[in-house]
This record gives sequence, C-alpha cells and structure tokens, in this order.
Amino acid sequence: MKYTVPIGPIHPALKEPIAINCTVSGEEITDVDVVASQNHRGIEWIGMNRNNPVQTIYIAERVCGICNFCHPACLIMAVEEIADIDVPERAQYIRVIQSELERIHSHLLWAGVAAHELGFDSLLHYTWMVREKVMDTLEIVNGNRVTKAIMMYGGVRRDIKDEHVPKIREMIKYYQDLFDKVAKLFLEDKTIKMRTRNIGILTKEDALKLQAVGPTVRASGVKKDVRQDTPYFAYPDFDVKAITPDMLTGKVVGDTYDRIVVRLLEVKQSVEIIEQALDEMPPGEIISEQKIPKLLAKIKRAEGEAIGRHEAPRGEDIHYVKLKSGFESLYTWKVRAPTYSNIMAWRPMLMHHQIADIPIVAASIDPCLSCTNRAVVTENNEEKWLTAEDLHNLSVKKTKEMMK
Amino acid sequence: MISKSFKKSLWIFHVNSGSCNGCDIEIVAALTPRYDVERFGIKLVGSPRHADVMALTGPITSDMEDKVKRVYEQMPDPKVVLVVGSCGISGGVFHESYHLAGPVNKVLPDATCVYVPGCPPRPEAIIDGVVKAWKFLESAGGGE
Ligand code: SF4
Repeated sequence: MKYTVPIGPIHPALKEPIAINCTVSGEEITDVDVVASQNHRGIEWIGMNRNNPVQTIYIAERVCGICNFCHPACLIMAVEEIADIDVPERAQYIRVIQSELERIHSHLLWAGVAAHELGFDSLLHYTWMVREKVMDTLEIVNGNRVTKAIMMYGGVRRDIKDEHVPKIREMIKYYQDLFDKVAKLFLEDKTIKMRTRNIGILTKEDALKLQAVGPTVRASGVKKDVRQDTPYFAYPDFDVKAITPDMLTGKVVGDTYDRIVVRLLEVKQSVEIIEQALDEMPPGEIISEQKIPKLLAKIKRAEGEAIGRHEAPRGEDIHYVKLKSGFESLYTWKVRAPTYSNIMAWRPMLMHHQIADIPIVAASIDPCLSCTNRAVVTENNEEKWLTAEDLHNLSVKKTKEMMK
Repeated sequence: MISKSFKKSLWIFHVNSGSCNGCDIEIVAALTPRYDVERFGIKLVGSPRHADVMALTGPITSDMEDKVKRVYEQMPDPKVVLVVGSCGISGGVFHESYHLAGPVNKVLPDATCVYVPGCPPRPEAIIDGVVKAWKFLESAGGGE
C-alpha cells in the first residue's frame, strides 16, 4: 500500500516555502518530491522599486533573521564591486568577526533544533543556554541581539572598541573550554549515534550533482567553502580550510551524523578565526565614505553588474546585482539563498528511510525548520492528518524504542 | 505575585506567517533556560485547539491569510493574538509589498491583539506581552 505524505506545502519557518511530498509504503519512504514557491514577501521587488540602495541593506537583513549578516554582505560586495567603493582594512576584519559570530550562533541554534527533533529536549535547552554567550557578545558589539545593522557600503557602521575585546576573548575562552563537552554530548551519545549514523546519506556524487552547498556538501566529503576557494573581506589573511568529517572521525559517510560533526568543527574553526582576527586587526578607519547622500550619489552614477558571494552558515549565498546609472534603486537584484540549493538533497537523503526519520533528516540540512507543519497521509483516498506533533512523537518513539 | 492570581497555565500556538525567523528564534530563546518561561507553565503546543494564545510572527503574506484565519477559528474562546514583531503589527520593513494580506488587523479584525513591537523584540519584551495576554484572559474568564 502506498501513501503520500505531503509535508507543508506552507512551511512557514522557511525562507523559501517548501512542500515535501513523500510517498511511503508502510513505514518506508519510496519517493520524495519537493515543491518550492508560495510564501514570498516580495523582498527583491522592494529592493528594486521602493527602496534606495541604503534602505535595501536593511531589507536584505530581513531575508533571514538567523543569517542576517550574510545577505547584506553579499549585496554590499556586489554593489561595492560595481561602484568601485573602497573598504578600509579594519572594516574587512570587523566583517570577518561578525560573519563568524553569526556562524557560531547559527550552528548552535541548529544543534539545539536537531536535538529537539530527536526528542532530546534537555540537550536542546543546554545548547540554547550555551548559545546565549554568543548572543551576549553580539549584543555588546552591535547593540542588538539578532539583527545587527552593521554593514554599510564601504565599511561597517560600528567599530569593535577596545572595551569590547576582553568580552569577545571571554567568549572565545568559554567556547574553547566547552568544546569537548559539547562534542561528547553530541558525538558519543549512543542514542544520537543510532538515530543519525547511516541515516540520510548524501553521497559525494549526489552532492556534486545536486550542487549542494555549505555544511551539507562538506559532510559528504566535498572540500568546498567560499572562504577557502575565493576569499573575500579579510579572509585571504586567514588560512580557512573547508571542514570535512574525516578530520575528526577519519572517514566520510555523508550521513546526518557527519553533518553534526562538520557543524561542531566549524564552531571551533569560527572561534579560532575570531581569535586571530582580534590579534591581527589593524587600526584605522572603519568606513570609507561617511556621508550617506554622497554615497548614494556615487551608487546612482554607477553602471554594471556583479555577483556577491559569501559563505553563510548554511552554505554559499549569492546575490546578483545590476546597477543602471540614473536609476534610484537597484536595477536588478536576485538572491539565491543556500537552502535553495540544499533542499533538493532531501530526496536522496530521505529515500528508503522511515517516516520517523523525516524530522531529523529534513533538519540536517539546516533549513531553519521550526515548523508548524502539517502532513497528510492519503489512505484509500481517505485523508488522515499527521501534524508536526505526530511526526515529532513518531521520532521520539523511535528514539525510545532504540534505547530499549 | 503572578502565580497567585492566575488560575491556569498558558498555552501558546506559534504561527509563522512569512516572518524572517528573527522573531521566531527570540520566541524560542524566551522558552529556553536563560529566560525560561516554561517555569510559569507557559509552553508551546502543537495544536491550535489546545491554545489560549496565538503567537503570530511575520507580516501575513497573501498565501498565509487563510491559514492564519483557520488557525484562529480553531482556537477555543477566550483567546488572544500575541503579535510578535513590527512586521505583523504594521507590515514593518515589508510594508507596501504586493504580496501582503496583513497587517494583522486587516486579516483578523475582531481579534484581541497584544502587540510586541521590535524587529525583533527582545525576549523580555515577548514575556511582557505574554503577561499582558495572560491578564486579559484571566479577566475574560479563561480557564473556567
Ligand atoms: S518583525 Fe523584523 S525580525 Fe520579526 S519577523 Fe518581522 S522582519 Fe523579522
């Protein structure tokens, strides 16, 4: 007997709204289809019509509240290239620090969600408690916990002052001391291992074919990282190496467990990058053009097209921008967020697994699932509704059974 | 002082109507140990039929309009909509977009709303909003 389990179609927690239609035979998933479109706020339209380029930075921040540094970063890199705007060295270092702070908070957030999907809520609470440290640091540096409003064409808007440095170093120490404990909790726990090892495998071949990005592709053994391949900001000064799971475990499986490994190692890597950046940050200006009207006039005169690429926590983010001289807004603005590349990987990952594995596998690419999901099972044309809660309960039940 | 006057714990159903996730992560932050509203018996539930409060984030895109209405209708009376974030209150940064059905007072004109402004608001502000919703529910006879 075959059933179809559509998850979504509105997946409100996603930046790109998604429907996953799973065909199941008994408990086994035999086919997966992903439908993207639907929920959309017209952000690109706003950037091309309502806003001037400076206002657009702040709408770019709201493409995603979690990675609210990466979208303005891409946009600004593209515009800076077209309009030929210089960026002081110090600003490039501050950008690196901000970008890595964001990665730490995003990966920890994800780790908590993953624990929750497995029914391990105490670990969710623990990781989110640990995450508050980086949130505090963000607040000290930016004045706000979530949206940072730090980026500006030609630099950044706020300096990292001397009094901030000890606070950031304290955070670095906190995470360095904690790393072994967190790694042990996630990687040595028998239940987590059982639920994630060999579950949701994405082979290297499939990963390349589907053009997955970020930790999803690196967990499959592909050494791909924008910070390593085409360094931008101050990244050329840092020896960033793409992280693959074999660095810790000695082998690449490409499963959900490997994706946990990669993200944990990346938190460690980010902490190291921030430490190095603090040591080597040159003094000087943080922005090349203080006067916004002058900046806007310069952008208005500029003409051309460019692509901004940035390694966001979820993978490579790309913005395409075209400017036309005399045009008040961006002439063309196209955003390609990393999740968009990664969702296609759900199909090979979910095939031949059980319904109870959907939550953790779907979450393993970090699509910002926080879900008020509904799923429907069609059985002889009679519809049976599966809510997100049912799915979650199934997942928890499976964990409990495995623990017996 | 809160615990004395409230008769029942408050259950919240979270609806994301096209938000940027900024508000959603702050709601989760309010639930986890630093802010820990669960100690007051406030918790997120998986079905609107169990909920006293709908925590609404996002500007309500056209596609989400009927879903938001349906969720609201399924909730038992008395109920409150806790609008978290500026974009649900006024459209926020997304105002004038061609794909908005919101803000909330257009979609749910009869609902009692508690507004928590901010983009995103801090967890403390969200907790303050929850307490306001709670007081309203008590006065409206919630929990009887
Ligand atoms: S109010 Fe701001 S942070 Fe909250 S969902 Fe809307 S745009 Fe995002």
